[in-house]
Amino acid sequence: MLKFGVPSKGRLMEKTFDWFGARGITLRKSGSEREYAGAVDGIDGVELVLLSAGEIPRELAAGNIHLGVTGSDLVREKLANWNSRVAELAPMGFGGADLIIAVPQAWVDVDTLDDLDAAAAAFRKTHGFRLRIATKYHRLVREFLRENGVADYQLVDSQGATEGTVKNETAEAIADITSTGETLRANGLKILSDGMIHASQATLFRGRREGWTNAQRSSLKTLQERLRIS
Amino acid sequence: MPNSPETRTEARRLRDLFAAMGAQVVKADVLQSADTLLDLYGEDIRARAYLTSDPLRGEMVLRPDFTVPVVQMHMESQADPARYTYSGKVFRKQETDESRANEYVQVGFEVFDGRDPARADAEVFASIADALGSLPVQAATGDIGLLKAAVEGLQTTDARKSALVRHIWRPRRFRNLLNRYAGKLPPPATRVALLGNPDPFADAGPEIGLRSRAEVEARIDALRADAAAPHISGEELGLIDAILRLHETTPNVLVELGDIAVDMPSIQAAVDRMSARTDALAARGVDVNGLSFEGSYGRTSLEYYDGFVFGFTAVDRPDMPPIATGGRYDALTAQLGRGRAVPAVGGVIRPDLVLEVAQC
Repeated sequence: MLKFGVPSKGRLMEKTFDWFGARGITLRKSGSEREYAGAVDGIDGVELVLLSAGEIPRELAAGNIHLGVTGSDLVREKLANWNSRVAELAPMGFGGADLIIAVPQAWVDVDTLDDLDAAAAAFRKTHGFRLRIATKYHRLVREFLRENGVADYQLVDSQGATEGTVKNETAEAIADITSTGETLRANGLKILSDGMIHASQATLFRGRREGWTNAQRSSLKTLQERLRIS
Repeated sequence: MPNSPETRTEARRLRDLFAAMGAQVVKADVLQSADTLLDLYGEDIRARAYLTSDPLRGEMVLRPDFTVPVVQMHMESQADPARYTYSGKVFRKQETDESRANEYVQVGFEVFDGRDPARADAEVFASIADALGSLPVQAATGDIGLLKAAVEGLQTTDARKSALVRHIWRPRRFRNLLNRYAGKLPPPATRVALLGNPDPFADAGPEIGLRSRAEVEARIDALRADAAAPHISGEELGLIDAILRLHETTPNVLVELGDIAVDMPSIQAAVDRMSARTDALAARGVDVNGLSFEGSYGRTSLEYYDGFVFGFTAVDRPDMPPIATGGRYDALTAQLGRGRAVPAVGGVIRPDLVLEVAQC
C-alpha cells in the first residue's frame, strides 16, 4: 500500500482535495468526518492518511508515509539535508507564504541584512546581549543569517503571536511567515528588503527511503501519469 | 571506529606522549554551561553542538571541544606557564553529512606560556607533527593575526576597520564590506534615500522594542560619517587581496609578505612574528621549506583562533576531516578571563582518524 499523507484539517486540506479533484483524482475521507483516514478513488493501492502538516516531513523522512502534501517551509525547517530525504514532485500553487525577517518601522536606519548586522553589533555593545530575533523557524533562519554573514544576534523561540514579541520587548526583530504583511504592519513592523528567507507553498513530496515494493512504485507511477508530473 | 577500543588505546598513547613532554593531564565535564559558548559564538553553536536543558542549571551543552573548559580551568588556577593534555569525547551535530561522526575522541595539547609566543607556536605544531609520526599527512598553516594587522593598517575610519575585523571569519560579508568601502559596490538605494532625507523619522511608525530612537540616530550619524569618508584605495584593496590569495611554501610567502609590507607597514610586526615562528619551527626540526602557508586559512572555523593556525590532513583524502588542527587563541583567554589575558596556543588530534589513515 502506498501511504499518502495530507493535512488533516483546514484550508490546506480543502485546497489539497480541490487540487487533486481538478486533476481528476478524488480524495475522500472514509467513514465519519472525524476519522483521520481516507481513500484515493481511481488509483489502486493508495491509502490516504490524514495528519498534521507539521508532522508530514518527519513521517516522510522516516518512511512511515510515502507521499505527502505539506508546506515547503516545513520540510526545510524540520529536515536536515531535506533534499536527500524527500523529493519535490509538484509545487501546488496554494498555501503561499513568505518566511521573512521583519524589524520595527521605527528603525529607519535598517532596510537590509547589512543594516541588521551593523545594528546587531551596536545593540550588543549597548545592551550587553545579542539582538534577539523571535521565530519558530530556527534552522532556516540560522542558515540564512549564517550564509549572509549576520552576527551578534540570537534566536528566541516563539511558537505563535510572534509579531507581538517586539512590542512586549521579548525580542528586537522577528522571522516569521506572512502572506500579505497586514499583521506585521499592524504591529509596527516592516520587512527587510533582502530578508526573504524562503517563499513557501504547499508542495507534493515523496520520501526517498529505499525499500519500496513494486506495487508501491507502480501506484506512484500511475498517480504521476494521471497528474502529468514526473 | 570513532569509539572502538583501538581508538581508546591510541588516544591514551597520544595523551601519554604529551604528558611525557611535560603537560599536566586534565579532565573536563561532559556537560558544560551553554551560556559561555552562546555568548562566545552565538547561534552558530546551536547548529554545531548538542544543547539540552537542565531544570536547575538552565541550558547545558555536550562539550563540543575542550578548549573553553581548559581555558576556564587555567584562568582559575593562575599557574603560569602551564601545559595541559587531555583525552576525551567531544560531540558535534552533523547537519549536512551523515557519514561524519557526531561523537569522537580528541586528544589535545595546550600551552599557556607568554614568554616566547613564536617558540610556543612552534612547540605545539612540532609536538603534534611528531605525534603523527610518519603518517601520510600534509600540513597547512595560516595566520589570522596577519589579516587583522592588514585590516587595522588600512587608511580608513576606525568604524570600518572594526567592522572588517569583526567579519574576518565571515568571508562573504567581509568581501561585501570591503567592496563597499572601496566604492566598488554602490550603497543600497534605501540608504542613499535615508541620508538624503532631511526628516528621516517622518514616517517612522511607532517606537517599539528595546532599541531606542537614540540608538537609531547614532547609527544614522555613523552612516553619514561613513558616507563622507573617502574610499579605501584600489592599491590597499589589492594588498588585502594579495594577502588573502597567498598560497605558497612558507619561505616564499615570507618573501612576498616582505614586499607587501613595504606598501603596508602595519603588517611588519606580524611578518616579523611569522618569521620568528618559522625560525622556531625550523629549530624544532620542522621542514619549513616545504610547509604550506595560506592567507585565508582558518577563516571559516569558529572564531577563536586569532594568530597562528594549522591543520594536518591525510594526503589524497579530501573527503576526510582534518586529523589534527590547532592555533593561537589569545583573545579567547581575554574574553573568558574577564580582562585577564594569557597568551595561549594549542591543538587537537583525532586518534580515530590517525588509525584510519595508518591502515590505508
